Amino acid sequence: MTLRVRRGTTLGVGESRAAVIGLGMAAWVVGMLWIFPVAWTLFTSFKTEQDASAQTLHHGLTFARYSEVSHSTTGTLSLGTAFTNSAVVVLVSTFVVLLLALPAAYALAIRPVAKWRDVLFFFISTKFLPIVASIFPIYVYAEKWNLIGTRTILIILYIAINLPLAIWMTRSFFAEVPRELVEAAEIDGTNLFNQLRSVILPIAAPGIAATALLCVIFAWNEYFYAIQLNFANGSTMPQWVISNVSTRGNFLAKLSAASMIACLPVILAGWAAQKRMIRGLSMGAIK
Amino acid sequence: MSAADATLKGRVGDPFSSPWRRRLPLLPALVFAIAVTQLPFLVSIYYSFTNLKDRTQSLIPQPTRYVGIDNYRKIFDDPFFRQAMWTSVKMTVLAVVLSLVIGTLFAVLLDRRFLGQGLVRTLLITPFLLMPVVAALIWKQQMFSSLFGILNKVLTFLGLNSVAFISDHPLASIVTVLVWQWTPFMMLIMLAGLQSQPSDIIEAAGVDGATPLGIFRQLTLPHLRRYLELGALLGSIYIVQAFDAIDVMTGGGPGSTNVPYFVYQESIGGGFRYGSASAYAIVVVIFSIVIATFSLRVLSGLLKDDRA
Repeated sequence: MTLRVRRGTTLGVGESRAAVIGLGMAAWVVGMLWIFPVAWTLFTSFKTEQDASAQTLHHGLTFARYSEVSHSTTGTLSLGTAFTNSAVVVLVSTFVVLLLALPAAYALAIRPVAKWRDVLFFFISTKFLPIVASIFPIYVYAEKWNLIGTRTILIILYIAINLPLAIWMTRSFFAEVPRELVEAAEIDGTNLFNQLRSVILPIAAPGIAATALLCVIFAWNEYFYAIQLNFANGSTMPQWVISNVSTRGNFLAKLSAASMIACLPVILAGWAAQKRMIRGLSMGAIK
Repeated sequence: MSAADATLKGRVGDPFSSPWRRRLPLLPALVFAIAVTQLPFLVSIYYSFTNLKDRTQSLIPQPTRYVGIDNYRKIFDDPFFRQAMWTSVKMTVLAVVLSLVIGTLFAVLLDRRFLGQGLVRTLLITPFLLMPVVAALIWKQQMFSSLFGILNKVLTFLGLNSVAFISDHPLASIVTVLVWQWTPFMMLIMLAGLQSQPSDIIEAAGVDGATPLGIFRQLTLPHLRRYLELGALLGSIYIVQAFDAIDVMTGGGPGSTNVPYFVYQESIGGGFRYGSASAYAIVVVIFSIVIATFSLRVLSGLLKDDRA
């Protein structure tokens, strides 16, 4: 990537000061508009249930809903259980994804195998296959092997979801590692593991971190497999949020608090990764 | 790669001299992807020729037998499936086009220096990071709801009649949530497109007396074309599979059941007819392959600039 000074999209060479300020304000308005539903939910999460359902503010703001949703009543899915399940599933699947993707990216970018493009496209093509096309066999075999309701089945499926993304993304970061460094390491007789560890990883580390964060985001937010293959003991965070929807009594403030708790880790991860996120989302097609 | 090639590149004692040694690091990922994504698909094809049902869910378990192309023959007579196909097309096209258009406008706004530029971008991308389930819940309970929804409060305040958004306009409600979540994604792609535009050409055009609108139409838009294609392609891959928003907001129903949701209802979502549901799924795959072939061409065009 070449570094150059650019002024951004301008309306013309002699753009007036008023236009610059006006468009800056327009951007702010748009930003506020887009965040409004989230901001409103955050606001609601601090209200009492009465205020929340009437959309008023007579009783002040409080953290009470947060402590209510984090203390479960018996028989319902508790925050602790769901959080632990989600954390285990997300962390283990992301770890395994990287374990599989890093050597693969090496074989696709640094020392490319013959027909590396075909291999790359095979991985992406698995993303085009609709989930519904493979869910029944997965369901039937998961039932047969007693994997329904376990974290294991979700870990396996989340690896499959994120692997193409991770391979495309790490490949594009690896392709930027200067060849001379790798060749020098090879002349010294360094093996694959040490090449990865001492030469490639330090250079590609920020990219790998961004890859991991994206995998975490997708796995954390996943709902379809979670609800199909995993209920009761193995439930994850999206199911916990849903469990706060109640048919009896007001629940809006508690639901808002639960939503905020469930989304916060991923929002923070996304903010941290936002500069490199676009490369991962575009499968490495955009730098 | 030929053997001669391999000896040319590899040296004696090079651990990666043989092609198979080169392929070795790739194998675990490849084997895993095939086992978890391709094998079940093959099993699905087999199911689609049988009358398989879930044994635990049927009162009188029938033995599974081969039914030939019966399942496929029924597909196109099924009005509900045709309706689901049509809903899928409308939902995907509307959501992709709207988020792409709005995302491009946002990108143009953001592609300039102003106070708090980074902060505004951060605000804008946040909806994309939300759990899709939470995004759907927020809109259902806080925005659209006729009981507590803000939108109806505003309508009433303005003296207008309230609208039962989700029950009267299920498709529009779901598309709204999808557009809200995917606009940031499109914006990021278009922003990358705008920022990769060589500024010297634009400046030269400006010096030559081109109008701002002319520059945008004749230089910026052609440059953005492949980014628009990429955004449309990637957006479609995800949006065509939309499930969470439908499940949370309407739980299916006429006008909001897309193909994935239809297949889900036929099978693990209550029907438990794996045989016929598989046939539906295979038809969906055939359609996806057509779209994917086109899409992969777009992606490979973008890869060309890369080091081979």
